[in-house]
Amino acid sequence: MGRRLLLEHDNVAGIETFDVYRKNGGYRSVEKALKSMSPELVLEEVQKSGLRGRGGAGFPTGMKWSFLAKPEGVPRYLLCNADESEPGTFKDRYLMEKIPHLLIEGMIVSSFALGANQSYIYIRGEYMWILDILEKAIAEAYEKGFLGKNILGSGFDHDLSVAPGGGAYICGEETALIESLEGKRGNPRMKPPFPAVKGLYGCPTVVNNVESIAAVVPIINDGGEEYAKIGLGKSTGTKLISACGNLVRPGVYEIEMGITVEEFIYGDDYCRGIANGKKLKACVPGGSSVPILPHYLVTKTAAGEDRLMTYESLADGGFASGSMLGSGGFIVFDEDQCIVRNTWNFARFYAHESCGQCSPCREGTGWMEKVLNRLEHGQGNMRDIDLLAEINKKIEGNTICPLGDAAAWPVAAAIRHFRDEFEWHVNEREESQKRNYGLIREPQSIA
Amino acid sequence: MIKVTIDDVEVEVAEGTTILNAARMIGGDVVPPAMCYYSKLPDTGGKCRTCLVEVAAGSTKDPRPMPKLVVSCSTPVQDGMVVKNKTSQRVHENRGAVVEFLLINHPLDCPVCDQAGECHLQDLGFEHGAEKTRYEEERRTFDPIDIGNKIKLHMNRCILCYRCVAVANQLTDKRVHGVLHRGEHAEISTYIESAVENDFSGNMIDVCPVGALTDKTFRFKSRVWFLKPMEAECECTKCSGKVVVWQFGNEIYRVTGRKDRYGEVEDQDGKPGWICNDCRFDKKDLSKWNIIGPRTIDRHSVISQGKYEGPRTSIKKVK
Amino acid sequence: MSSSHTDLSKRHSEKPVFSAEKMAEVQVLFAQYPEGKSKSALIRVLHMAEEEFGGWLSIETMDYVAEVFNIQPIEVYEVATFYTMFNLEPTGKYVFEVCRTGPCMLLGSDSIIDYIGTKLDIKVGETSADGMFTLKTSECLGACGYAPMLQCGKKYHEHLTKERVDEIITAYRAGQTPN
Ligand SMILES: Cc1cc2nc3c(=O)[nH]c(=O)nc-3n(C[C@H](O)[C@H](O)[C@H](O)COP(=O)(O)O)c2cc1C
Ligand code: SF4
Ligand code: SF4
Ligand code: FES
Ligand code: FES
Repeated sequence: MGRRLLLEHDNVAGIETFDVYRKNGGYRSVEKALKSMSPELVLEEVQKSGLRGRGGAGFPTGMKWSFLAKPEGVPRYLLCNADESEPGTFKDRYLMEKIPHLLIEGMIVSSFALGANQSYIYIRGEYMWILDILEKAIAEAYEKGFLGKNILGSGFDHDLSVAPGGGAYICGEETALIESLEGKRGNPRMKPPFPAVKGLYGCPTVVNNVESIAAVVPIINDGGEEYAKIGLGKSTGTKLISACGNLVRPGVYEIEMGITVEEFIYGDDYCRGIANGKKLKACVPGGSSVPILPHYLVTKTAAGEDRLMTYESLADGGFASGSMLGSGGFIVFDEDQCIVRNTWNFARFYAHESCGQCSPCREGTGWMEKVLNRLEHGQGNMRDIDLLAEINKKIEGNTICPLGDAAAWPVAAAIRHFRDEFEWHVNEREESQKRNYGLIREPQSIA
Repeated sequence: MIKVTIDDVEVEVAEGTTILNAARMIGGDVVPPAMCYYSKLPDTGGKCRTCLVEVAAGSTKDPRPMPKLVVSCSTPVQDGMVVKNKTSQRVHENRGAVVEFLLINHPLDCPVCDQAGECHLQDLGFEHGAEKTRYEEERRTFDPIDIGNKIKLHMNRCILCYRCVAVANQLTDKRVHGVLHRGEHAEISTYIESAVENDFSGNMIDVCPVGALTDKTFRFKSRVWFLKPMEAECECTKCSGKVVVWQFGNEIYRVTGRKDRYGEVEDQDGKPGWICNDCRFDKKDLSKWNIIGPRTIDRHSVISQGKYEGPRTSIKKVK
Repeated sequence: MSSSHTDLSKRHSEKPVFSAEKMAEVQVLFAQYPEGKSKSALIRVLHMAEEEFGGWLSIETMDYVAEVFNIQPIEVYEVATFYTMFNLEPTGKYVFEVCRTGPCMLLGSDSIIDYIGTKLDIKVGETSADGMFTLKTSECLGACGYAPMLQCGKKYHEHLTKERVDEIITAYRAGQTPN
């Protein structure tokens, strides 16, 4: 088992309370930063750490912070993205539920670095009970002088509160999140302007994922360089992976970046293999939006190298034979699962979650869902398969926000790798309603 | 001033100008179609995606092409930018796809639609529509509803451009209609039956690019191309009183604002020429108007090109 | 598929009004946002209103919320219809939202949905004859590793099996909150 920087104390009884958290080293980074560091120094450590956004896009956090506009007399905001709605992803929930103070601590230090006197945690509405946990912890932090006016006598004021959503995946997109936090429909905004210039209430704003903000705590405690020593290349530090699907031991794991996918799926410290003695059929390694990988591309890249749990290795081969680390939602399919059904299921998800603002996504996601529904239910034709490929090419890149792409990629990848299975649904209409296709054959050449 | 080249034509524009507005300065067919942007309404644009163009060079400083097509209505030009609209095959293909998306759930009821002949979607369908729709699924349908006693909403025809919401936001602080639900279920509605009633609500009809919002005092009386558009004015205490009356013989069939070739109301006395409901709905008597003379409709449209051939069941590609 | 106006037969006969205590909570929420930005609390207050006034958002409730925020009712309708957690029609006493998305489906959510439907003799979207339970489906609720699952109020019920579903229904029927 590797080092655990975030979840080290997840099983300590009472860790959700201030006192126990503090006894286990909590809030040290606030003391260190506010008493002995300047905001610029905190930013520098985060830059040195190589931390990349854990919300999905993997954008370097330090660089994002450095883009924040700082006009005189205009407030700045830090928003924590706790909308966590990408299918397969449930890591932020685990962290907030178990160790709420870790997030609060990260929010204070990050806000200090950004010069934000007010920050908000935007949490998906379905996590209402976690909102209660967070508010309780926030109240404790106020009581102990870690939030509010003149924190620890440093002169830094900070207020933090939590706002729930109301059931909308799109509010995880940062500009939709801002709209929603302003009490509106979660319609993403056009960019530019970027939130770093014009975000919440038109003010400069940084939006970061829960895990990104929590990671700032060990970075400040141990130094950015120490953090960067963990991992491989540009994938530094530890990463929370939420593993689900047909696994012996699904759940949330903190891994050191760079372990092999093989070890993660089969290792004793992690998922312990495919449930019920079945074989691996496919894997979606980074949440529903990333391309699906057939079994022969999961633990090895097309070039035959070990596939690693890093941003780079999971993406090795591009869209032709790779995928993405994404949000860390690791979904595993056993040999009994139907790829057509799952592709339809995901397409239905995106159609359900499209905000409906721009025509390619509003109309295209609904169209793909209907075509896939027919294919899955034995009502499809060969030309439907090509039509799907066409539709998703025309959505991709033509929309306001990346939800359009997120809807298009999984369909494209499924058809790319599992075309035989789609065709079987057309050719064997009756048979395909009675049983599943089974494992797909490995093509002769895959490079 | 900065220089930008659109379809090989160079133009000088002020900094901050969008690609679309720069193209409109050139005019002609380098102008991308815009179904949701409306220059007189803040916060419009970006949604329909019909105005997509290719940026072949970002600027003199950074001449790299932009990887994705961009929406010309909301993308500001840079000095030395090179834009391709009608000269880009990619634009042609992707705009065609956008039109297809807009049409899959559209009822194509042009033969019975009041907007036929003036509809921007109909125009686009002619230019980009495929021979036959590839959409085999059931179309989304809504019942037509009245929003007030003067305006009819045919949600089936709506393309969710949000213009009618933007115009209501601009002309009243008591907006009663809006966009409800989301995704492909999104719709324009008042939610509960309620009348859109304020002196300027009729302008929703003028900004609607399709036949989703129509004038109930005009409906089914005639096809627009049988009518004679005349510029007219009257003394009005609420608006400029500068309108277009659409006559058949000596009868006024309907009254609208004066729209330019892009379907936007022209400025009157330095302000957008929105007209009031009295002028639009109630003054159907010639004696109420001072007729100035015939209005030339120079819009690039199906009527002006004489391409509309009467009832048909699907929009055909015209070569 | 769709109607353009909502069904007016379903209404609250009396005007809903927050108690003084709830109103104080609303004021606390308003204070979390800068001057003039209290609309930021809208979604949270809609959740509160739903809980207070019968588990759904009637037109009367939404109009009242508009009054509380001093905004036009349409602004509330626009928001309430965007977010899927809000019930725009009356529901049973307990609402089961069963996750139907991929990871849950891999572990049998379809059969859980069928089982609940058969057991309560309702289809998805319907309420049981005794008014106790409404069955709904939802998209991924962030419990994929503990699938299949359903949400009822603030509670997540995970690792569902038919037996677990039986226990849960029995407990709610008896007025208890199952673990
Ligand atoms: C449709 C969509 C949904 C998203 N959902 C989430 C989410 O639930 N949580 C999250 O942290 N980021 C989500 N993102 C990414 C955010 O837009 C944003 O990049 C992220 O919060 C930035 O934080 P980070 O840099 O710390 O990763 C989503 C993006 C899109 C396009
Ligand atoms: S891509 Fe989809 S979700 Fe994003 S703005 Fe457009 S319609 Fe909304
Ligand atoms: S009704 Fe007309 S103006 Fe309003 S959104 Fe629909 S198409 Fe646009
Ligand atoms: S006019 Fe530009 S996107 Fe609609
Ligand atoms: S898929 Fe059901 S909780 Fe995520």
